[in-house]
Amino acid sequence: MTAYIAKRLLGLMPTLLIVGILVFLFVHLLPGDPARLAAGPEATPETVDLVRKDLGLDRSLPEQFVRFALGALRFDFGTSLRTKRPVSTEIAERFMPTFWLTVWSMVWSVTIGMAIGIVSAVYRNRTPDRVGMAFAVSGISFPAFALGMVLMQVFSVQLGWLPTVGNDSWRHYILPSITLGAAVAAIMARFTRSAFVDILGDDYIRTARAKGVDETQVVVKHGLRNALIPIVTMMGLQFGFLLGGSIVVEKVFNWPGLGRLLVDAVDMRDYPVIQALVLLFSLEFILINLIVDVLYGLINPTIRYR
Amino acid sequence: MTAATDFDEARSALGADATGSVRSPSAEFWRKFKQQKVALIAGAFVVLLVVVAIVAPWIVPYDVENFFDYDKLNARPSWQHWMGVDALGRDIFSRILMGARISLAAGFVSVAIGAFIGTILGLLAGYFEGWWDRVIMRFCDVLFAFPGILLAIAIVAILGGGMTNVVFAVAIFSIPTFARLVRGTTLALKHLTFVEAARSLGATDGTIIWRHIFPGTVSAVVVYFSLRIGTSIITAASLSFLGLGAQPPTPEWGAMLNSAQSEMLTAPHAAIFPALAIFFTVLAFNLLGDGLRDALDPKLERR
Repeated sequence: MTAYIAKRLLGLMPTLLIVGILVFLFVHLLPGDPARLAAGPEATPETVDLVRKDLGLDRSLPEQFVRFALGALRFDFGTSLRTKRPVSTEIAERFMPTFWLTVWSMVWSVTIGMAIGIVSAVYRNRTPDRVGMAFAVSGISFPAFALGMVLMQVFSVQLGWLPTVGNDSWRHYILPSITLGAAVAAIMARFTRSAFVDILGDDYIRTARAKGVDETQVVVKHGLRNALIPIVTMMGLQFGFLLGGSIVVEKVFNWPGLGRLLVDAVDMRDYPVIQALVLLFSLEFILINLIVDVLYGLINPTIRYR
Repeated sequence: MTAATDFDEARSALGADATGSVRSPSAEFWRKFKQQKVALIAGAFVVLLVVVAIVAPWIVPYDVENFFDYDKLNARPSWQHWMGVDALGRDIFSRILMGARISLAAGFVSVAIGAFIGTILGLLAGYFEGWWDRVIMRFCDVLFAFPGILLAIAIVAILGGGMTNVVFAVAIFSIPTFARLVRGTTLALKHLTFVEAARSLGATDGTIIWRHIFPGTVSAVVVYFSLRIGTSIITAASLSFLGLGAQPPTPEWGAMLNSAQSEMLTAPHAAIFPALAIFFTVLAFNLLGDGLRDALDPKLERR
């Protein structure tokens, strides 16, 4: 098991390295001189030169990359151009709101999505299935930002049941996590349905029914366990979707998280913050997929780690 | 396996029915597709959208950027303005129609570029395997490592905002999906008898890929194409909503929602109509894609 995880981590290294190089090169791909960007529009040429030296932008690219990589390993991404505070501090302050938002969205959307998918598969081509799948295809077609605006208009503005923006209490989490999770719930529902339809036609299900196991047992014990394998893989992929989606949802609900930080940073060309966030988002995504792979083996006894 | 069963399998794959006549693949596709009423309606709606997008400049009742009805700021829908008026006095219906042009073009062009490059990469990776496969799949892994819209945002951050750069960003975002899809199909196809027969007759790699393997990947690509257009329209609209894509006064749906956000209290209709426009457009492409999948994928007979 440990050996397997270590092997997978090693296998990730090339991808991580290339992602790191791309994020590093990002500064040099930006139009204009990064030193001038950092020094500000009114800086004199002398100041720009000083800043260039200070940031190490006068050295060769490989040297700069080593410096960047060593800094990144210590979570040191330099100073935000906008606030002049360390990038790591900016990110640390914003990390938890995004983390909890993503986690809550994942929890409810997977639960509801799988429930709809299972019911649809059991009642295949009958009313519950049609209703469930109509919801699901609507869910993947409604853009998150539009859904968020509609929900806010109805539940916060018209009905006054829930707060509009901010993240001060658990009630603030309801609308943003519904908005963020809706598409994932829809995808999970469609995916669970098709995984279940496949499985419910398998021989061992027929055997279970034939020997008199009751239908709930068949679905939950024999069906669910086997359907979980593809479903867990799908969940890992959807986490990436949630991380990306949080960027949009945080803008709608003025959520003090990483996504809004990123959008503001892109607006202000605050490249140290953009670099750190892009790296962080992709690192999270890569790690989550690794965790999914490990979980995969725990659920599926036919996979043995080598 | 005997020659007779091979022949029967081939015939049933071609859609031969009990009377023994063999339908052409397109007739077989149409036979299955037309059974799906929802997909048919969605397809008709997509055609209507395309027509609207093409003729929009000539049918809009008001100029979308330069007509301002100052007496009716934020007015609700009426006979004069079917979808109401926005905060600046512009006719929302006209802007929605013109927006169809922008969103459809953005969705179609970006997916076309992504599908074109992705299909070529997928064919090369799947057919030659070895180094081709390793390099191309590593490239896809790297693109996949940037979750969701993040890759598009990073590209827009480098290139700057505007619709052209958004299309480019969304195209790159689509490449790895198509590359993986086509690679998988290619790997499955290249060991089949008809490919080996072609090779033993001395066909070159180029001929085999283009004449024998590529046609086998088309149906999967077509299905994904339709489904990806939905995703791409949402991604492009999201970027505009974030202020990174189309800029005001361009009547792009996402950008319209962005400006409507501050007026939600006084003019909710300014947000509702662009939201519905995106929803129905994406829904149509998704339903069409589902229908195409059911009609084109022999493994997924309706059940």
